[in-house]
Amino acid sequence: MEDKISNINDKLIIAGRSFQSRLLIGTGKYNDFKETRAAIDSSDAQIVTVAIRRINLGQSPNEPSLLEFLPTNKFTYLPNTAGCYSSDDAIRTLRLARELLDGHNLVKLEVLGDPDTLFPNVVETINAAKILVKDGFDVMVYTSDDPIIAKQLEDIGCCAIMPLASLIGSGMGILNPWNLEIIIDKANVPVIVDAGVGTASDATIAMELGCDGVLMNTAIALAKNPILMASAMKKAIESGREAFIAGRMDKKLYSASPSSPIKGLIK
Amino acid sequence: MKININGSTKEFGGEKITAEELINQLNLNGKRFAIEKNGEIISKTYFRDIYFNDGDKIEIIGAVGGG
Repeated sequence: MEDKISNINDKLIIAGRSFQSRLLIGTGKYNDFKETRAAIDSSDAQIVTVAIRRINLGQSPNEPSLLEFLPTNKFTYLPNTAGCYSSDDAIRTLRLARELLDGHNLVKLEVLGDPDTLFPNVVETINAAKILVKDGFDVMVYTSDDPIIAKQLEDIGCCAIMPLASLIGSGMGILNPWNLEIIIDKANVPVIVDAGVGTASDATIAMELGCDGVLMNTAIALAKNPILMASAMKKAIESGREAFIAGRMDKKLYSASPSSPIKGLIK
Repeated sequence: MKININGSTKEFGGEKITAEELINQLNLNGKRFAIEKNGEIISKTYFRDIYFNDGDKIEIIGAVGGG
């Protein structure tokens, strides 16, 4: 395995932008915007994903919007293409997002292949990534945990590779750590686990594997206490990062080794 | 004049309307949104100059919670 020297003070760098927090948070499924903001504050996350949708024309002019609760000068927005099943739809959505956010070009590309599993359609994802990168977008890309596809997306120019740990919203945790390790080992851009985290230990495992960050939504939003879970996730990410850099001991399946001295036993 | 906005048809007086007038009529002043006319994004800088006509298909989008 290639040696990558990491330091605990290293920041997460995505397309030249620097972040202290390695936890990225989705803003869906919360009870209200107040709870969304409280959870994000509790997590210390700096990057928040948002969806792009038709605005509700019937709403009263004073109805609060997500943008008011999460000011764009305080958080880095990551508009996504959730719900898009073709490269054309994803590209159209992100161009509108760029106009909405005054030229902000950091985006999350996801092109889905199936409404039951929400597995990504990697062919459409690759097609969209090529066009978006050429069009000046910094593309963080949701993909399967296939190391070949991950490398192709990096070669196209995506600024972060975001493989699933398990299905979106499933909370099933890290189902294939070996594939993630291969992706991390081969990548020269940040690898961020996106989807599947259920609880704090899942986030720690992802970071212990050497992921550069974790993106999650449901694990926090649908916890019994989202604000407390957001705090747990912050610690889990930090803990896993420290363990990764500290370097774990070798596993010794058949040779137990006592931690206390053998010499000087009372007989 | 009928314009399709976000999938529903809305009736407006006159033969054409600027993007700025439409925004006023829809009470969207001060909100953050982006507009697409017949599949093409309309830059905010041109809201006074762009006209919508009968049969146009307009999308007005914003940011909502999502993962």
